[in-house]
Amino acid sequence: MKKKVLVIGVIGADVHAVGNRILYHAFTEAGFEVVNLGVMVSQEEYIAAAIESAADAIVVSSLYGQGELDCRGMREKCDEAGLKGIPLLVGGNIVIGKQKFEDVEQRFKAMGFDRAFPPNTPPETTIQALRELLHMEDEQE
Amino acid sequence: MKNILLIDFGSTYTKVTAVDAEAGQLLGTADSYTTIETDVGEGLENALKKLEKQTGVISYDARYACSSAAGGLRMVTSGLVPELTAEAARQASLGAGAKVLKVFSFQLTEDDLDEILSIKPDIFLLCGGTDGGNTECILHNAKMLASVPFDFPVILAGNRTAARECERILAGHEVYVVENVMPKFGVLNIEPARLKIREIFLNRIIQAKGLSKAAELLSGILMPTPSAVMRATRLLAQGCEGETGIGDLICVDVGGATTDIYSMADGMPRTATTVYKGLPEPYDKRTVEGDIGMRYSVKGIVEAAGLPRICQLSGLEEKQVSALLEELSSHPDMIPAPGSDLEKLDYALASMAIETAVKRHAGTIEETYTLMGLTYIQSGKDLRNVKQVIVTGGSLIRTAHTQDIASHALMNRLSPMSLMPLEADIRVDRKYILAAMGLLSEYYPQTALRIMKKELVYDGHSEQKNS
Repeated sequence: MKKKVLVIGVIGADVHAVGNRILYHAFTEAGFEVVNLGVMVSQEEYIAAAIESAADAIVVSSLYGQGELDCRGMREKCDEAGLKGIPLLVGGNIVIGKQKFEDVEQRFKAMGFDRAFPPNTPPETTIQALRELLHMEDEQE
Repeated sequence: MKNILLIDFGSTYTKVTAVDAEAGQLLGTADSYTTIETDVGEGLENALKKLEKQTGVISYDARYACSSAAGGLRMVTSGLVPELTAEAARQASLGAGAKVLKVFSFQLTEDDLDEILSIKPDIFLLCGGTDGGNTECILHNAKMLASVPFDFPVILAGNRTAARECERILAGHEVYVVENVMPKFGVLNIEPARLKIREIFLNRIIQAKGLSKAAELLSGILMPTPSAVMRATRLLAQGCEGETGIGDLICVDVGGATTDIYSMADGMPRTATTVYKGLPEPYDKRTVEGDIGMRYSVKGIVEAAGLPRICQLSGLEEKQVSALLEELSSHPDMIPAPGSDLEKLDYALASMAIETAVKRHAGTIEETYTLMGLTYIQSGKDLRNVKQVIVTGGSLIRTAHTQDIASHALMNRLSPMSLMPLEADIRVDRKYILAAMGLLSEYYPQTALRIMKKELVYDGHSEQKNS
């Protein structure tokens, strides 16, 4: 069976490379084909990579607190580029300050993200969410 | 003695170079007008007669040729995303010495097909999708092409998953399948496409261009001229067995209609605080500026540099410059007399042609502040550490101001974000031998390299300009 393709990277002016490497290995280990864009990735780069590689989902990381600004408008750009309905996931320290994560999650969902994850989410949780979103549970592994 | 004749059928001039390959000696060079309308053999004969006056009668053991006559190798390419597979397709074609007339991205439309049919390319390079990635686009484009009558060869260098189906869709046409130009995201793999382009050039294009009559006299027309220059500069930079190269370099060829830039350098970021963005570029990169040239494309130079800078560099008034530009547009064959206003203008035009073309060829760097401090974002090649600039082309080898003009290939204060060389030795191809040496290098690389090291004359050292 063809592997599911993920495009991953750290968005905006964010240079935190370690978590990105961990996710790359965890997703690859879990059987995904991973296109890793590294750090300081713009929305356009995720979209261009997703088009060429026919990606099944985009996983955005943000560690430096500016994630909400950086992610704004990404769903609309995906729609515009013909990636209508592609699952968008986001995680890390996606906002600054002590905010209730439920509120944060609501805001990201309103922006068109399918899932938003709080700090310290283990990779397994994201992998599980991806399996659900991509309907991999009902397929034979 | 092993005498070899090297011929370059250019669009205007047929250039001949005689070499004794065993002695490693350049015997002589000469040129004459290309006669593509009647028989290219005529122009060749005329050039040979001139050569004979220098060298005496020589019997040649082999004759090799390259050609950019009859419009050169004209290509159209298509890919998916403009900055990704479409760019990779363009790089592959340029690297093979082609003239890229149009690059399409995403899905071809009916209007695009009309344009392709009116361009009538020599080769169409069809790309799109990483291996295992998007197949929709390349399949659509193959179907669109199949829906119209065409008779040019098509090279498929896209998503391998779709290759067979594209081949079926285009059945009845001349179709070649090679490896993907971008097999994985961000990985450039243009050599297989380049090789196929050259193969088709050898088998098919030469006949179509009316060069086959000349080809019978020759041991072979081996490649398009830019491809020969590419080989020569790569050899000069890297060296070969028994002879070291001179290291990273850029080569600037300012012609009448276009300006070609070649860079032989890795060009990747050198510090940990620099992040590379975009498609990596090849070690041996060629770009062609179709709007930058000393006669047919003067307008492009003025548009890029602005009239004030042309005036400042030439020392002429705006009115004088405008009048001369007007005259040049109706008489592109004007040759400047020593000390004339036209000579001053040519100096400014050549300087700005080089600056514009090298700036477009080189990468750029941006500063940005992150939580980790100052970080740089680089895209394209970093040529700051390249220390050799080779110049060729009539406007540069026939002037006394070569070094001054060539120093415009260096970084300057007006565009600090362009990653152009900081300082460099300037070498001039006074005898116009680069293409010939590229041809020779196919059989005698060491001889070709030795001749280049000797004949590409050192013309001074330039440093980053402050104005």
